Amino acid sequence: MILVPNQTKMQQTEFLNTVLPLKDKVFRLAKRLLVSIDEAEDATQELFLKLWKNKSKLKNYSSVEAFAMTMTKNYCLDQLKAKRSNNLKLVHSNYKDNNISLERDIEVKDSVSKVHELIENLPEKQKLIIQLRDVENFEFEEIGKILDLQPTAVRVALSRARKTIRQQLIKQHNYGIS
Amino acid sequence: MELANIEQLIEKYENAETSLQEEQVLATYFQQDNTPAHLLEYKAMFGYFNESKAERFTKTIPLKTKKSYWKWASVAAAAILLVSIYTVNTSDSISDQERKDAKLAYQETQKAFQLISQNLNKGESVAIAGLQEFQKTQNKVFKNN
Repeated sequence: MILVPNQTKMQQTEFLNTVLPLKDKVFRLAKRLLVSIDEAEDATQELFLKLWKNKSKLKNYSSVEAFAMTMTKNYCLDQLKAKRSNNLKLVHSNYKDNNISLERDIEVKDSVSKVHELIENLPEKQKLIIQLRDVENFEFEEIGKILDLQPTAVRVALSRARKTIRQQLIKQHNYGIS
Repeated sequence: MELANIEQLIEKYENAETSLQEEQVLATYFQQDNTPAHLLEYKAMFGYFNESKAERFTKTIPLKTKKSYWKWASVAAAAILLVSIYTVNTSDSISDQERKDAKLAYQETQKAFQLISQNLNKGESVAIAGLQEFQKTQNKVFKNN
Protein backbone atom coordinates (compact mmCIF):
# COMPACT_ATOMS: atom_id res chain seq x y z
CA MET A 1 0.00 0.00 0.00
CA ILE A 2 2.94 2.32 0.60
CA LEU A 3 4.35 1.38 -2.80
CA VAL A 4 1.50 2.92 -4.73
CA PRO A 5 2.16 6.60 -4.04
CA ASN A 6 5.89 6.08 -4.54
CA GLN A 7 5.26 4.66 -7.95
CA THR A 8 3.01 7.50 -9.03
CA LYS A 9 5.54 9.97 -7.70
CA MET A 10 8.21 8.29 -9.79
CA GLN A 11 5.95 8.47 -12.82
CA GLN A 12 5.38 12.13 -12.14
CA THR A 13 9.05 13.03 -11.96
CA GLU A 14 9.74 10.86 -14.98
CA PHE A 15 6.98 12.68 -16.83
CA LEU A 16 8.41 16.05 -15.89
CA ASN A 17 11.88 15.00 -17.02
CA THR A 18 11.12 13.16 -20.24
CA VAL A 19 7.70 14.19 -21.55
CA LEU A 20 7.34 17.82 -20.55
CA PRO A 21 10.45 18.95 -22.50
CA LEU A 22 8.60 17.81 -25.64
CA LYS A 23 6.13 20.64 -25.24
CA ASP A 24 7.92 22.90 -27.72
CA LYS A 25 8.01 20.21 -30.39
CA VAL A 26 4.36 19.40 -29.82
CA PHE A 27 3.49 23.08 -30.02
CA ARG A 28 5.47 23.66 -33.21
CA LEU A 29 3.91 20.68 -34.96
CA ALA A 30 0.43 21.74 -33.82
CA LYS A 31 1.07 25.25 -35.07
CA ARG A 32 2.29 23.94 -38.40
CA LEU A 33 -0.98 22.11 -38.91
CA LEU A 34 -3.48 24.38 -37.20
CA VAL A 35 -1.77 27.64 -38.30
CA SER A 36 -3.25 29.78 -35.53
CA ILE A 37 -1.10 30.23 -32.43
CA ASP A 38 -4.12 30.20 -30.09
CA GLU A 39 -5.35 26.90 -31.42
CA ALA A 40 -1.87 25.42 -31.30
CA GLU A 41 -1.56 26.45 -27.65
CA ASP A 42 -4.93 24.95 -26.78
CA ALA A 43 -4.00 21.77 -28.61
CA THR A 44 -0.70 21.54 -26.72
CA GLN A 45 -2.43 21.89 -23.36
CA GLU A 46 -5.03 19.35 -24.35
CA LEU A 47 -2.40 16.89 -25.57
CA PHE A 48 -0.35 17.19 -22.41
CA LEU A 49 -3.38 16.49 -20.26
CA LYS A 50 -3.90 13.35 -22.32
CA LEU A 51 -0.26 12.35 -21.97
CA TRP A 52 -0.42 13.08 -18.23
CA LYS A 53 -3.44 10.84 -17.81
CA ASN A 54 -1.67 8.04 -19.67
CA LYS A 55 1.70 8.52 -18.02
CA SER A 56 1.68 5.02 -16.54
CA LYS A 57 1.47 3.54 -20.05
CA LEU A 58 4.15 5.72 -21.61
CA LYS A 59 7.01 3.37 -20.81
CA ASN A 60 5.40 0.78 -23.08
CA TYR A 61 6.37 2.89 -26.08
CA SER A 62 9.87 2.58 -27.46
CA SER A 63 10.06 6.29 -28.20
CA VAL A 64 7.93 8.62 -26.14
CA GLU A 65 8.94 11.42 -28.48
CA ALA A 66 7.64 9.64 -31.56
CA PHE A 67 4.50 8.69 -29.64
CA ALA A 68 3.87 12.30 -28.66
CA MET A 69 4.37 13.41 -32.26
CA THR A 70 1.92 10.77 -33.49
CA MET A 71 -0.65 11.90 -30.94
CA THR A 72 -0.17 15.51 -31.95
CA LYS A 73 -0.56 14.72 -35.62
CA ASN A 74 -3.74 12.69 -35.07
CA TYR A 75 -5.25 15.26 -32.75
CA CYS A 76 -4.59 18.18 -35.09
CA LEU A 77 -5.82 16.36 -38.18
CA ASP A 78 -9.02 15.53 -36.28
CA GLN A 79 -9.39 19.17 -35.33
CA LEU A 80 -8.97 20.22 -38.95
CA LYS A 81 -11.48 17.64 -40.11
CA ALA A 82 -14.04 18.85 -37.58
CA LYS A 83 -13.44 22.40 -38.66
CA ARG A 84 -13.88 21.60 -42.32
CA SER A 85 -17.11 19.75 -41.71
CA ASN A 86 -18.34 22.80 -39.84
CA ASN A 87 -17.62 24.79 -42.98
CA LEU A 88 -15.41 27.15 -41.07
CA LYS A 89 -12.68 28.44 -43.28
CA LEU A 90 -9.26 29.20 -41.98
CA VAL A 91 -8.47 32.85 -42.42
CA HIS A 92 -4.85 33.61 -42.95
CA SER A 93 -4.03 37.12 -41.93
CA ASN A 94 -0.36 36.95 -42.69
CA TYR A 95 -0.46 37.87 -46.35
CA LYS A 96 2.02 40.55 -47.17
CA ASP A 97 2.61 42.79 -50.10
CA ASN A 98 5.64 41.95 -52.13
CA ASN A 99 7.60 45.08 -51.45
CA ILE A 100 10.56 44.95 -53.71
CA SER A 101 13.51 45.88 -51.62
CA LEU A 102 16.77 46.87 -53.21
CA GLU A 103 18.97 45.63 -50.48
CA ARG A 104 19.84 42.01 -50.76
CA ASP A 105 19.80 40.95 -47.10
CA ILE A 106 16.39 42.50 -46.64
CA GLU A 107 15.28 40.50 -49.61
CA VAL A 108 16.59 37.34 -48.01
CA LYS A 109 14.80 38.19 -44.79
CA ASP A 110 11.64 38.72 -46.73
CA SER A 111 11.98 35.35 -48.42
CA VAL A 112 12.52 33.73 -45.04
CA SER A 113 9.00 34.67 -44.06
CA LYS A 114 7.92 33.70 -47.56
CA VAL A 115 9.05 30.17 -46.81
CA HIS A 116 6.49 30.01 -44.02
CA GLU A 117 3.71 30.86 -46.42
CA LEU A 118 4.93 28.37 -48.99
CA ILE A 119 4.99 25.55 -46.46
CA GLU A 120 1.49 26.52 -45.39
CA ASN A 121 0.30 25.88 -48.93
CA LEU A 122 1.83 22.43 -49.15
CA PRO A 123 -0.32 19.30 -48.80
CA GLU A 124 -0.69 18.14 -45.19
CA LYS A 125 1.62 15.15 -45.55
CA GLN A 126 4.45 17.23 -47.00
CA LYS A 127 3.87 19.89 -44.36
CA LEU A 128 4.25 17.29 -41.62
CA ILE A 129 7.36 15.79 -43.18
CA ILE A 130 9.09 19.15 -43.69
CA GLN A 131 8.32 20.02 -40.07
CA LEU A 132 9.56 16.72 -38.68
CA ARG A 133 12.71 16.57 -40.82
CA ASP A 134 13.93 20.09 -41.45
CA VAL A 135 12.77 21.69 -38.20
CA GLU A 136 12.77 18.83 -35.70
CA ASN A 137 15.51 16.72 -37.36
CA PHE A 138 13.92 13.29 -37.04
CA GLU A 139 15.36 10.27 -38.86
CA PHE A 140 13.39 8.95 -41.83
CA GLU A 141 12.57 5.76 -39.93
CA GLU A 142 11.04 7.75 -37.07
CA ILE A 143 9.03 9.95 -39.43
CA GLY A 144 7.79 6.80 -41.12
CA LYS A 145 6.62 5.44 -37.77
CA ILE A 146 4.91 8.70 -36.79
CA LEU A 147 3.10 9.06 -40.09
CA ASP A 148 2.58 5.37 -40.75
CA LEU A 149 4.55 5.49 -44.00
CA GLN A 150 7.48 3.62 -45.52
CA PRO A 151 10.78 5.53 -45.17
CA THR A 152 11.07 5.65 -48.97
CA ALA A 153 7.62 7.24 -49.21
CA VAL A 154 8.81 9.82 -46.67
CA ARG A 155 11.84 10.60 -48.85
CA VAL A 156 9.75 10.98 -51.99
CA ALA A 157 7.31 13.38 -50.33
CA LEU A 158 10.12 15.34 -48.67
CA SER A 159 12.00 15.72 -51.94
CA ARG A 160 8.84 16.97 -53.61
CA ALA A 161 8.23 19.47 -50.81
CA ARG A 162 11.78 20.83 -50.85
CA LYS A 163 11.74 21.24 -54.62
CA THR A 164 8.36 22.98 -54.54
CA ILE A 165 9.51 25.47 -51.93
CA ARG A 166 12.65 26.28 -53.87
CA GLN A 167 10.91 26.66 -57.21
CA GLN A 168 8.28 28.94 -55.70
CA LEU A 169 11.01 31.07 -54.17
CA ILE A 170 12.80 31.35 -57.53
CA LYS A 171 9.53 32.32 -59.17
CA GLN A 172 8.90 35.08 -56.65
CA HIS A 173 12.48 36.25 -56.89
CA ASN A 174 12.19 36.58 -60.65
CA TYR A 175 8.94 38.51 -60.35
CA GLY A 176 10.74 40.86 -58.02
CA ILE A 177 13.45 41.54 -60.59
CA SER A 178 11.29 42.02 -63.66
CA MET B 1 33.58 23.82 -47.02
CA GLU B 2 34.12 24.25 -50.73
CA LEU B 3 31.33 25.49 -52.93
CA ALA B 4 31.51 22.36 -55.09
CA ASN B 5 30.88 20.22 -52.03
CA ILE B 6 27.96 22.39 -51.00
CA GLU B 7 26.46 22.13 -54.46
CA GLN B 8 26.78 18.38 -54.29
CA LEU B 9 25.12 18.27 -50.90
CA ILE B 10 22.37 20.56 -52.17
CA GLU B 11 21.60 18.15 -54.96
CA LYS B 12 21.38 15.31 -52.47
CA TYR B 13 19.27 17.51 -50.24
CA GLU B 14 16.74 18.17 -53.01
CA ASN B 15 16.39 14.43 -53.55
CA ALA B 16 15.99 13.86 -49.80
CA GLU B 17 19.14 11.73 -49.72
CA THR B 18 21.18 13.70 -47.20
CA SER B 19 21.76 12.43 -43.68
CA LEU B 20 20.98 14.58 -40.65
CA GLN B 21 24.70 15.39 -40.30
CA GLU B 22 24.95 16.54 -43.91
CA GLU B 23 21.91 18.71 -43.42
CA GLN B 24 23.61 20.18 -40.38
CA VAL B 25 26.61 21.03 -42.58
CA LEU B 26 24.31 22.84 -44.99
CA ALA B 27 22.57 24.67 -42.15
CA THR B 28 25.83 26.05 -40.78
CA TYR B 29 27.03 26.95 -44.27
CA PHE B 30 23.96 29.05 -44.96
CA GLN B 31 24.36 30.92 -41.71
CA GLN B 32 27.37 32.64 -43.24
CA ASP B 33 26.97 35.86 -45.15
CA ASN B 34 28.57 35.37 -48.56
CA THR B 35 26.10 33.07 -50.23
CA PRO B 36 26.33 32.84 -54.05
CA ALA B 37 23.25 34.18 -55.83
CA HIS B 38 22.14 30.83 -57.21
CA LEU B 39 21.90 29.40 -53.69
CA LEU B 40 19.99 32.25 -52.07
CA GLU B 41 16.74 30.31 -51.92
CA TYR B 42 18.41 27.72 -49.75
CA LYS B 43 19.69 30.43 -47.46
CA ALA B 44 16.08 31.54 -47.02
CA MET B 45 14.89 27.99 -46.41
CA PHE B 46 17.55 27.11 -43.85
CA GLY B 47 17.13 30.52 -42.27
CA TYR B 48 13.44 29.82 -41.83
CA PHE B 49 14.02 26.33 -40.41
CA ASN B 50 16.47 27.77 -37.93
CA GLU B 51 13.97 30.41 -36.87
CA SER B 52 11.25 27.79 -36.46
CA LYS B 53 13.42 25.68 -34.20
CA ALA B 54 13.72 28.56 -31.78
CA GLU B 55 9.97 28.83 -31.29
CA ARG B 56 8.84 27.99 -27.76
CA PHE B 57 5.61 27.13 -26.02
CA THR B 58 5.24 29.92 -23.48
CA LYS B 59 1.96 29.05 -21.80
CA THR B 60 1.77 26.90 -18.70
CA ILE B 61 0.53 23.36 -18.78
CA PRO B 62 -1.98 22.73 -15.98
CA LEU B 63 -1.17 19.26 -14.75
CA LYS B 64 -3.28 17.91 -11.92
CA THR B 65 -0.84 16.65 -9.32
CA LYS B 66 -3.69 17.00 -6.82
CA LYS B 67 -5.17 13.87 -8.27
CA SER B 68 -3.07 11.78 -5.87
CA TYR B 69 -4.97 13.32 -2.95
CA TRP B 70 -8.12 11.72 -4.28
CA LYS B 71 -6.36 8.41 -4.33
CA TRP B 72 -5.46 8.91 -0.67
CA ALA B 73 -9.06 9.86 0.09
CA SER B 74 -10.25 6.58 -1.41
CA VAL B 75 -7.68 4.69 0.65
CA ALA B 76 -8.93 6.44 3.78
CA ALA B 77 -12.54 5.69 2.86
CA ALA B 78 -11.70 2.03 2.36
CA ALA B 79 -9.96 1.93 5.74
CA ILE B 80 -12.95 3.50 7.48
CA LEU B 81 -15.24 1.00 5.81
CA LEU B 82 -13.08 -1.92 6.90
CA VAL B 83 -12.88 -0.68 10.49
CA SER B 84 -16.63 -0.14 10.69
CA ILE B 85 -17.35 -3.62 9.32
CA TYR B 86 -14.88 -5.08 11.79
CA THR B 87 -16.45 -3.33 14.78
CA VAL B 88 -19.96 -4.34 13.72
CA ASN B 89 -18.81 -7.95 13.48
CA THR B 90 -17.10 -7.93 16.88
CA SER B 91 -20.09 -6.28 18.58
CA ASP B 92 -22.17 -9.14 17.15
CA SER B 93 -19.95 -11.72 18.88
CA ILE B 94 -20.27 -9.89 22.21
CA SER B 95 -24.06 -10.20 22.07
CA ASP B 96 -23.65 -14.00 21.92
CA GLN B 97 -23.30 -14.01 25.69
CA GLU B 98 -26.13 -11.53 25.96
CA ARG B 99 -28.31 -13.72 23.82
CA LYS B 100 -27.79 -16.65 26.19
CA ASP B 101 -28.68 -14.43 29.13
CA ALA B 102 -31.73 -13.16 27.31
CA LYS B 103 -32.87 -16.71 26.54
CA LEU B 104 -32.49 -17.67 30.17
CA ALA B 105 -34.41 -14.61 31.24
CA TYR B 106 -37.13 -15.39 28.73
CA GLN B 107 -37.46 -18.97 29.98
CA GLU B 108 -37.63 -17.79 33.56
CA THR B 109 -40.31 -15.26 32.74
CA GLN B 110 -42.30 -17.87 30.87
CA LYS B 111 -42.14 -20.12 33.94
CA ALA B 112 -43.35 -17.28 36.08
CA PHE B 113 -46.23 -16.52 33.72
CA GLN B 114 -47.22 -20.19 33.65
CA LEU B 115 -47.34 -20.23 37.43
CA ILE B 116 -49.55 -17.17 37.48
CA SER B 117 -51.87 -18.55 34.83
CA GLN B 118 -52.24 -21.89 36.70
CA ASN B 119 -53.31 -20.06 39.80
CA LEU B 120 -55.57 -17.85 37.76
CA ASN B 121 -57.27 -20.97 36.30
CA LYS B 122 -57.86 -22.26 39.81
CA GLY B 123 -59.43 -18.98 40.74
CA GLU B 124 -61.57 -19.05 37.62
CA SER B 125 -63.21 -22.41 38.50
CA VAL B 126 -63.95 -21.10 42.00
CA ALA B 127 -65.43 -17.95 40.49
CA ILE B 128 -67.59 -19.90 38.06
CA ALA B 129 -68.92 -22.04 40.97
CA GLY B 130 -69.74 -18.82 42.74
CA LEU B 131 -71.49 -17.51 39.67
CA GLN B 132 -73.62 -20.65 39.40
CA GLU B 133 -74.66 -20.17 43.00
CA PHE B 134 -75.58 -16.62 42.20
CA GLN B 135 -77.64 -17.77 39.21
CA LYS B 136 -79.59 -20.22 41.36
CA THR B 137 -80.54 -17.60 43.89
CA GLN B 138 -81.39 -15.20 41.09
CA ASN B 139 -83.77 -17.73 39.53
CA LYS B 140 -85.43 -18.23 42.84
CA VAL B 141 -85.95 -14.53 43.24
CA PHE B 142 -87.44 -14.06 39.73
CA LYS B 143 -89.80 -17.05 40.24
CA ASN B 144 -91.10 -15.56 43.45
CA ASN B 145 -91.96 -12.38 41.65
